Amino acid sequence: MTALPRSTEKKLGLVVDLDTCVGCHACVTACKGWNDQGYGAPLSDQNPYGADPSGTFLNRVHSYSVQPEEGFAQTINFPRSCLHCEDAPCVTVCPTGASYKRAEDGIVLVNEDACIGCGLCSWACPYGAREMDADAGVMKKCTLCVDRIYNETLPEEDREPACVRTCPTGARHFGDFADPDSKVSRLSAARGGYALMPEMGTKPVNRYLPPRKKDRPQEASLLAPLLDIKASGFAGWLDRVLGKMG
Amino acid sequence: MNPAPSVIVFTVLSGMGFGYLAMLGFGLVPVAGWAAFFGWGLGYGLAVAGLVASTFHLGNPQRALLAFTQWRTSWLSREGWAAVLTLVLLAPQALSDWLVLDWWRGFGCLGAVMCFVTVGCTSMIYAQIKAVPRWNHWIVPVQFLWAALTGGLVLAGAGLVPAAASALLAALLVLGWRIGDGRFAAVGATLGSATGLGAIGSVAVFEQPHTGGNYLLREMIYVVGRKHAERLRKIGLLAVGFVPAAALLFLPPLLAVPVAALSHLAGMAAARWLFFAEAEHVVGLYYGQR
Amino acid sequence: MGQPRVETQRPVSDEVRKTTCYMCACRCGINVHLNSGKVTYIEGNRDHPVNKGVLCAKGASGIMQVTAPSRLRAPLRRVGPRGSGAFEEISWDEALSLAVDWLKPLREEAPEKLAFFTGRDQSQSFTGWWAQQFGTPNYAAHGGFCSVNMAAAGIYTIGGAFWEFGQPDWAHTKLFVMFGVAEDHDSNPIKIGLGKLKARGARVIGINPIRTGYNAVADDWLGITPGTDGLLILSLIHCLLAAGKIDLDYLARWTNAPLLVNEAEGPEKGLILKNAESQPFVIDKRTGMPAPWDGAGVQPDLGAVWQGHRTVFQHMAERYLDEQYAPEAVEARVGIPAARIRALAAELARVAFDEAFELPVEWTDFRGDRHKTMLGRPVSFHAMRGISAHSNGFQTARALHLLQIVLGTVEVPGGYRLKPPYPKPVEAHPTPHFVAAAGKPLSGPHLGYVRGPENLALKEDGTPWRIDKAFTWENPFSAHGLMHMVIPNAHAGDPYKVDTLFLYMANMSWNSSMNSARVMEMLTDKGEDGEYVIPRIIYSDAYASEMVAYADLILPDTTYLERHDCISLLDRPISEPDAAGDAIRWPVVEADRDVRGFQSVLLDLGVRLGLPGMTNPDGTAKFRDYADYIVNHQRRPGVGPLIGFRGDGTAEGRGDPNPDQLQRYIENGGFYQAHVPEGAEYYKPWNAAYQDWAVATSFYESPQPYLFSIWSEPMRKFQLAAEGQGFIQPPDHLRAQLKLAMDPLPLWYPPFGEDAAAGYPVHALTQRPMAMYHSWGSQNAWLRQIHGKNYLYLPTKIWEAEGFAEGDYARVTSPTGEIVVPVAHMAALNADTVWTWNAIGKRKGAWALDEGAPEATEGFLLNHLISELLPEKGDGHRWSNSDPVTGQAAWFDLRVKIARVGPRDHSEPSFPVLPRVVPKGRARG
Repeated sequence: MTALPRSTEKKLGLVVDLDTCVGCHACVTACKGWNDQGYGAPLSDQNPYGADPSGTFLNRVHSYSVQPEEGFAQTINFPRSCLHCEDAPCVTVCPTGASYKRAEDGIVLVNEDACIGCGLCSWACPYGAREMDADAGVMKKCTLCVDRIYNETLPEEDREPACVRTCPTGARHFGDFADPDSKVSRLSAARGGYALMPEMGTKPVNRYLPPRKKDRPQEASLLAPLLDIKASGFAGWLDRVLGKMG
Repeated sequence: MNPAPSVIVFTVLSGMGFGYLAMLGFGLVPVAGWAAFFGWGLGYGLAVAGLVASTFHLGNPQRALLAFTQWRTSWLSREGWAAVLTLVLLAPQALSDWLVLDWWRGFGCLGAVMCFVTVGCTSMIYAQIKAVPRWNHWIVPVQFLWAALTGGLVLAGAGLVPAAASALLAALLVLGWRIGDGRFAAVGATLGSATGLGAIGSVAVFEQPHTGGNYLLREMIYVVGRKHAERLRKIGLLAVGFVPAAALLFLPPLLAVPVAALSHLAGMAAARWLFFAEAEHVVGLYYGQR
Repeated sequence: MGQPRVETQRPVSDEVRKTTCYMCACRCGINVHLNSGKVTYIEGNRDHPVNKGVLCAKGASGIMQVTAPSRLRAPLRRVGPRGSGAFEEISWDEALSLAVDWLKPLREEAPEKLAFFTGRDQSQSFTGWWAQQFGTPNYAAHGGFCSVNMAAAGIYTIGGAFWEFGQPDWAHTKLFVMFGVAEDHDSNPIKIGLGKLKARGARVIGINPIRTGYNAVADDWLGITPGTDGLLILSLIHCLLAAGKIDLDYLARWTNAPLLVNEAEGPEKGLILKNAESQPFVIDKRTGMPAPWDGAGVQPDLGAVWQGHRTVFQHMAERYLDEQYAPEAVEARVGIPAARIRALAAELARVAFDEAFELPVEWTDFRGDRHKTMLGRPVSFHAMRGISAHSNGFQTARALHLLQIVLGTVEVPGGYRLKPPYPKPVEAHPTPHFVAAAGKPLSGPHLGYVRGPENLALKEDGTPWRIDKAFTWENPFSAHGLMHMVIPNAHAGDPYKVDTLFLYMANMSWNSSMNSARVMEMLTDKGEDGEYVIPRIIYSDAYASEMVAYADLILPDTTYLERHDCISLLDRPISEPDAAGDAIRWPVVEADRDVRGFQSVLLDLGVRLGLPGMTNPDGTAKFRDYADYIVNHQRRPGVGPLIGFRGDGTAEGRGDPNPDQLQRYIENGGFYQAHVPEGAEYYKPWNAAYQDWAVATSFYESPQPYLFSIWSEPMRKFQLAAEGQGFIQPPDHLRAQLKLAMDPLPLWYPPFGEDAAAGYPVHALTQRPMAMYHSWGSQNAWLRQIHGKNYLYLPTKIWEAEGFAEGDYARVTSPTGEIVVPVAHMAALNADTVWTWNAIGKRKGAWALDEGAPEATEGFLLNHLISELLPEKGDGHRWSNSDPVTGQAAWFDLRVKIARVGPRDHSEPSFPVLPRVVPKGRARG
């Protein structure tokens, strides 16, 4: 199974809008909450109330400082999870076939029953998308909520990944990149969606929308005073202002 | 990368073990009878001990047999097959040598070649990983293969050849470090490309995504030991190159081999520790650490 | 080998129960999924008006709050010295009897000896009512150290506040400007709104010293110097006035700009001129003669001068046209170049006036004038603690409302919209009630809006009625009380001593007090008689917070999934601009410990004390429990805590109690909405259709149209008193402060304590991370992995000047304290400001965490640097570190100096380990 499908019918993935993400971590714990009771082993926590708490999360939000050549430094919040790459190196390295990319929709999954917990797939992933669960000894990763998106026991509007459903700013979008007319394809095209670390040759499906240009000089021309108040005095100003009322 | 003892023991012992098995397989170590029993036993012991050690870092070792299924795509799977094939192929030769049966050496020679195929597969487990630029280079298989060969030669007996091999191994280590130190930059992955924000300006970490620990930080973003790197490199060079070469050339044969072999093992352990500890995974970029 | 079959049709749960989140003050709707009666998953409720399905990091981690090992398990009575942590478990009957033994004599002799203050209480209309029945004047919630500047300035100016009480018209606004907007309040609605703006590429401007969160996604960032927002705003007003870019029609029709200011020397000087019927009036442009302010067809003349009295408009314009407000005059102080200030003013004007639009909606105003359309101005503002937690915060918030008013952007399409029951003028609010009488209830609610010195809570001898000195000359408009002054005043016996301090959900010995270490001493101090200076402390909380160790009696509360609650229109509802809304919580799981919902406990206690309102004449309980109270209590006939499903189940707003009401709420997803009728959505204060609907929906008993108060007459009354007018006179030492701070027109003055802060050049601020709520998050196994430790963020200037490196600590010194804390570099920060995440630091031993938890070793609070009092001035007075108008704690006036100390492994001060009242947490629940 560690052979990648030559192509997939759909290319399901996410668009993450960096112009909109406020870094609230909602997607982080929504993902944790869903996957703690969803696909495969729970996402365990070690020393949850101890001096060195640690746990398995499938989605993390970084926060970066970006200093343009001119102007103010910016803060950009940056969610990071599996990009469901077309050339997923995490799949081909797997010795047991546990790691695979689905032919029908391109989702990269781990069959936990076959996972020996060697960790090689996590080494192969440039994006840190995989975390080995310390309790279960199997590799955990984003499933694109495969147990939500096709789940007919859920209302149709809820058949989207938990991180997308919960995102308060709507900075996360889910859809099929194989369909050029899908919302995600159009958004990505319109806003210059890009892939992470193209030099790794992984061909990620997920796209990130860049922050819009910030701190641009204003377009509005500066307000001209109505008149020289020093010369006309307050009475002159009042006259002029109220004259406008007609 | 986290220099887990299990993978260091695995690569070092199995490397030397397969190297020595290759010597035996080619018949370069003329042994027979109980000498052969102990010689082959040492080779098998090292190789098998290494392979067993490798299972210690598995989360679910009880499923290890599944690792034989993906030989078409996975170097780890191929390595498993190669190791088993090698050990099986060499068995008749070992039996022949032990019981002095003088069987045809074909299996021995084939097995000897397979020893290097196995070590090559092991090396490719690392060398295939693009996300670790230091590993993703031809120097890694060359080093692994040469280390195995040297290990085998050192165990095979004193003399100029193993001494020269040890010296060359030391040189390969130096070359590997020189190449490796520049690999990350050569690949060109930066926090800018990792985030795609480099187009706006220079990118730095403002706040980490979590103050608690996680698997990535423990496994891939191992930065603790690197401050000892310079010293360990020197120790590694001495132990892998100078000490064995000197011992093999100047010590009495009975003393030379054990001293050289132990030194080689210690040096390789240091080198392998560095191989992991110094290997920077690109995911570290996201955390502002390499 | 084929692909494995993946189970995709697994039902999430066998039952979904819809209730209300309590992981912060947002009060989002949540779907709680249960499997075999156990909570397995929590997600946002798509139908809910607050969050529309989304949920923040805290809400999605609620499951870890319900299983937290820090949950208290049974009532506790202190058996060792206070603070020693020596408690014994007692039964509820014992606990309540003990409380009655303490409280009954107080009520019979001197009810003010009970001080009852609640922290993150979401049932203030109930807890306040209880305190009122008890008869103590000493009740308030935590608004005094949180938001009262914003609330009071809003009510006194536009009849409604920022915070969650209004929101931009997300659907129409094109330019959204945020001043000091914190990410911890009303956060999901603001995030949803920002998402809408971003989706259509509308422009967002952030004015904040710190560029994180919402300010990080702002298109333009003005990294203002803390405490100078008011000056920036008034400079913007200056630019707009000078250019004539103001909405004259709006000012003339909807504000008190055309009213006349009495210029005659004497006791009425500066008050709004009234006619013989004591009504304010305007000069009608058509006749040049006085006309009623609310007369049909009247065209008020902003430029009128009548018998020497000029309009508010002229006073306003004259003040702000002054050169002291020119951008060039303020740029150094606010830290923003004049050109950027002018550019911002120009952009505001361009969008407000050049992009004005009309909605084809007919409406009638309160004067009876018909309007064919609704004019929209697509500029909106929002503001929060950043401008409010300063000693000039009230006037700053008022200035921002004034900026909105001159642009004509309040209650118009595209502008800022209030949520019912707001808009509501000062006149529609009660005045404070405070006269305590033995054995009697208070005559009305404690908290209210002061109209003049006659409403102050002062005894005949001039001393305060209230322990927190709310509604006194020191802070006349303290509409939320001053919780942060209760313990210091009670400890000092100033104005008097209390017997029992009764607190609910208020972590006063830690992050909810200024100067936490000193507060711990006050709580444990003994007098010469060997008794505690504060003799008795009763505390109710669900968790083992830092405060628990300092109580004598602990009444353990439930978690939010195990209780009834009522998010009421009488208090702090969940309305939207287009709908009034309220909600409930209900026990979606049963508590597995010997704990009880605090409100039910209060009712029980009330019956045992025989409090009116909750006790029948025969001494039995009027309400079975809080759930029964929610349904059957009537504040006024037909008006109860919930507006939905009243009477026969169809009545809205008014109607008899309906025994099925809670069940109907549960069936409806835990909430109810009464929708504003069509044509009433905008111009609400003046829209006759809205006013009629508001009366029908029970917000008030008769229509309450009003004019926005550019000129605040209540404030001027205090200024007059300070000038020596009137019988009720302030003490002399407060006259200068009152004359300054109670200016009837918004103004800016430097934050207090600047003199003492010479030598402390750096501003120090706190923010709450979006993924933590106050102190509650640290016990949450998921959230504490995200924010388990905090750093003091230093701007590049300080980072480089002091030679800081990663891993360093800094010594941070204020005029009143010192801490040593870990630091980190932040470039997108005002160059003279440092900041940290608030309430991450924990006391060792609290919250069931390990003693070595990063929260307790490296985590820290800035509270230790802040005092509730300003440094001594040598005049014998205790000057509080508060806004002089409202008493709001001036957290953000803090000034410090920073010195590098190099790497360390724990922050200072470090306190002894708190003895545990619950076992240390091990595995996840």
